[in-house]
Parts: sequence; structure tokens; C-alpha cells
Amino acid sequence: MDMLLSNPTFVLIQVLNSISLGMNLFIIAAGLSLIFGVLRVINFAHGAFYMFGAYIMFTVAQEAELGFVTGVVAAAAGLAAIAVIVERGLFRWLYDKEHLMQLLLTFAIVLLMGDIAKILWGTDQLSVSYPDALRGATDLGVTFYPSYRLMLAVIGPLIFLGLWLLIERTRWGRLTRAATQDMEMLSALGINVPMIYIVIFVIGSALAGVGGALAAPINSPTPGMDATIIVECFVIVIIGGLGSLWGSFVGALIYGFVFNFGSVIVPNWQDVFAFLLLMAVLLVRPWGLYGKPEREGH
Amino acid sequence: MGLHMPRGTLVVCLLIVGALALLPLLESRYLIDLATEIMVYALFALSLNVIIGFSGNVSFGHAAYFAIGGYVNAILLTTYGWPLWLSFPAAVVLSALAAAFVAYFCTRLTDIYFAMLTLAFSMLVWAIAFKWRSVTGGDDGFVGVAVPAFIDSRVPFFYFTLVIVTGSIALLWTICHSAFGQALVAVRENLTRAGFIGVNTRMMRGLAFVVAGTFAGVAGAIFAMYNRGVYTESAFWTESAQVLIMTLLGGMYSFFGPAIGAAVLYILERFANEYTQYWPTVLGVILLVIVLVLPEGLVGLARRLGARLVRRSGA
Repeated sequence: MDMLLSNPTFVLIQVLNSISLGMNLFIIAAGLSLIFGVLRVINFAHGAFYMFGAYIMFTVAQEAELGFVTGVVAAAAGLAAIAVIVERGLFRWLYDKEHLMQLLLTFAIVLLMGDIAKILWGTDQLSVSYPDALRGATDLGVTFYPSYRLMLAVIGPLIFLGLWLLIERTRWGRLTRAATQDMEMLSALGINVPMIYIVIFVIGSALAGVGGALAAPINSPTPGMDATIIVECFVIVIIGGLGSLWGSFVGALIYGFVFNFGSVIVPNWQDVFAFLLLMAVLLVRPWGLYGKPEREGH
Repeated sequence: MGLHMPRGTLVVCLLIVGALALLPLLESRYLIDLATEIMVYALFALSLNVIIGFSGNVSFGHAAYFAIGGYVNAILLTTYGWPLWLSFPAAVVLSALAAAFVAYFCTRLTDIYFAMLTLAFSMLVWAIAFKWRSVTGGDDGFVGVAVPAFIDSRVPFFYFTLVIVTGSIALLWTICHSAFGQALVAVRENLTRAGFIGVNTRMMRGLAFVVAGTFAGVAGAIFAMYNRGVYTESAFWTESAQVLIMTLLGGMYSFFGPAIGAAVLYILERFANEYTQYWPTVLGVILLVIVLVLPEGLVGLARRLGARLVRRSGA
């Protein structure tokens, strides 16, 4: 606490820590929110997808020594493949069913993927080393800061920009936004709506994979990491507003700051602060900072 | 409906309670333990069904109130040396208060948002149990619960559980079949229309949540003494999912369905754990079957089969 008041460099480091944590979480939460925005399904298995991303990173970059970038690409591709299987094999039967059934289906996937991960990667905590180029610290003039975390702080906004351009500035993005409004009309106009669903699900899931791969050197892959991350993502998207890209971005940043500064001010209780913030937001804006009220009948 | 149990149901219930009361005559430790655990989980699942089956919301965080009941009872009995007749009601009241607090926030929202929020709040309870080491024992769990002498052995504890669980289920049945319960069903069937005819829907959904949390607290308080310990996992969201699966496996549109689901799932888990370490896979497959084939659970299946049998014999 005293450090916060007396040491500006310390504050700067905490700010950077908050941003880099927030941006890592944003990549994952954005996928969850994107999928909800279009498919109207909350994917509990998103956390398991993240975990698989981290494990794939371990196998590709650590065991096979194919390099860090290959690891990230492999995680994205692996999760895209899993997403296609899950969407075609299971999800598509449930679009017209109750939300409860959809939630339960995604929870069944959580259970199955948890066991598959145990079979493939065991139950030990695995470690993934930092890529050579980002192993050290970067000189910021006033202080040194770990290069890897700096990279996370930069890559998050880039992904945000990419997603924003895709959804707001391309024809395909317009169709996607139209699908969230009235998919029957879109379908009647000759647009292949199921294709939009698959692509969105693949992009969202690949984001979970990338988020997991990028988190792997910091949070060693281990069973149970899926359950922790999904709760963090829930808190972020509820604060930001489900289905809103801006919401995930701002929600993740807020979460990063509350978590980091919370742990400095009252060590060990940072999780609880995040929930207090969540309650405060809900009191003022039940649909989150950037969320819209659900229409009746949805 | 109304406040009288159909005679057939009443007879079956009395037979089950009677059979359970005679169970200790078999002198099987295994069976008594199994029956005690199933009774606790049956009450837990039935309590959850007040939210799901009656008010039509889905809670993914019901384990929180089970855990609160357990922790409070354990801590008051052990750390503070309270007698059972004070610690047990205190545990139940605190579970109810916690449920009321969470309901205040969650009932602002519906459907998926409601489910996510209940999950988030249950993880808050988990985080507190995990971090507040000096009081809860943290991730080592709260062990060595001081169980009162009069129920400190297997058979007396079994009877204690039988009495409390039977009484609680009777109370739950009465609540669910009262005017309150019928208003809840109206809310479940059509939230907007129930609102138009003058039902305070948010209040009703909140009350359902509190009733559910209260009885989950009862189940948790019993279970803490049975296990002589409470562990953080009991508040973890996967535990909430497990009780949700029990409820749905039995059938959410029938009052006793969840109890059947609890018994079936619990026995399956016991068996599965003897042969394989992959219980989650078994649970996942059961869940897929419920979602894709059996949305109304075992009771729904039995009803469908029964109807078919009647049609066939009539033709």
C-alpha cells in the first residue's frame, strides 16, 4: 500500500501488469462474447478450449521444439478443428432448444475434454518456456519490464482492432450483425446462415486457443485451469455486457486493474474485489456497461 | 394440486421412509452410509428444483448454499463450541440470508444472465472459503468437526438424517404445492403474463431462490457432520453442476424426480469409481443423453412408457 503512494515506478509496473493480464483475458473473453452475440449460446467449454490451447502450446513449442509462433498457430488451428467438430456434431441440434439444454450440452463437453486432457497430458503441472526473443526485460526508460508481458499488452489491442474491423467494416461482418438481428430474414435473402454460425464459432474458439497458448508460459498448463478461466471470463463479460466487443475489452481491462491493484492493496483477496465490482456494475447497469437488455422471448 | 398429496404418492413415500427406518436391522455399514449420503443429496437436488422446476430459472451455483450450511454448522460446533440446536438453525438461517443477498442481484436478470450470475456468486463463496484460511481452513478444508455425542455413531446419525431430511422434504412439498408454488409455476410458464395478472415475478423468483438456498443449507449442515469436515470443493461450480445433473436426470417437472436422479447418479458414481478414474466422462455421456434424448429425465421417460403401455392395452 505504501509503495503505491511513494513509488511512481512501482505504480507504473502495476499498471503494465494490469494491462497485460487484462489483454490476455480479453482475447479469451472476446471469443466467448462473440459466440454468444451471434449464436446466443454461452459456451461453458470455452475454458476447456483455453486449456487445450495451453496444452497444444506445450506439445508443439516445448516438446516438439517447433517454436513459439508455431505453437500459437497450432493452438488456433487445433481449436478451430475442435470447434468444427463440436458445432457440426452437437451444437447445431440445439439452436432451437431451451438455453438450459444448450448450457448443459456445453458442460458435457467440459467434462469430456477434461478427461481427454488428462489422458493426453497427464495431471502434472507442465512448464512452457518463454520464447527466446521475449525472455528478457525491455528498457522503458524509467524501468525495465518483462518483454513477454509487454508483448501481451500490445497483442490484445491488435486483436481487438482486427475483430472490430472484421465485424464493423466488412461485408461479411455486416451479414454477421444482421444474423444477430433476424436470422430468418437473412436466410430468406439467400445468405448461408449456418455457415456464418460455424465461422463465428471457429473464430471464437480459436481465440480461446490463442489466449491459452499465450498464457502457457505464465500460467503453467494444469488440469483445472479451465474452471478458473471460465469464471474470470464470466465476470468480464457480465461487467462489459454480453455480446459486445467493446464490453469485453473494457471489462477485461477493468478486471486486470482491479485484480492487480487489489492484490497490492489487500493481498490474497483480489478475487473478491472483482466480484464486488461486478455487484456494483449490476446495481447500476444490469446488462453490463455496453450490454443491451435481452428481448422478451429470448 | 392443492395441499393434499395423492394417496398413491403418500403410500409410496411412507413405504420408503418405513423401509429406511428398518434399514439398520440389516447391520450393513455400507448400506447405512450409502443411504445417509443419498438422503442428503436427494434433499440437495429437491431444493435446487424449486428454482429450476418451479420458477423456471437455472442456477449454476447452488453448491454455494450447501457449502455455507456446512461451513457455518462446522465452525459454530467446533470453533465456538455451540450446541447443535443453535448451530444447525444458525447455519440454515445464514444459507437463507446468503441466498437472499444473491437473489437480490440475480433476479434483476433472467435466463442465461441469471445462470452465469449464480455461478459467479458461488465462486465468490468458494474464493472466500479458499482464502479465509484462519476460519475455514482454506484448501486443507475444515476438518475434525465436533459432532455432538448423541449422533456421534453411524446408526444414530442415520436416524437423525432420516428425520431431518423427511421433515424438510415434507415442508418443501407443502411449499411447492401451496398457492406460492402455483404462482411460481405461472412465472415459469409465462413470466410476462404472470406479471400482468398481478404476480410480483421478481419477488417470486427471489423467494424461490431463498427457499432453495435454505434447504440446500440444511443438506450441507448435515453433510458437514457426516463427513466430519467441509472442503472448498463443495462450493466449486462443478459441484453445482453435479447437483443440477441429478435434478435433470430425475426430471425437473416432477416434485420427486430430483430425489430419484440423486439416488441413481450417486449409486452410479460409486460403481464407476470402483472401475474407472474417468467418472467425468461417464457424467458427460449421461448429460449428453439427457440433453439429446431425455430432456424430461427418468420420470418423464417412465411417464412416456406408461402412457404407451396404457394405449397398447386399450387398443
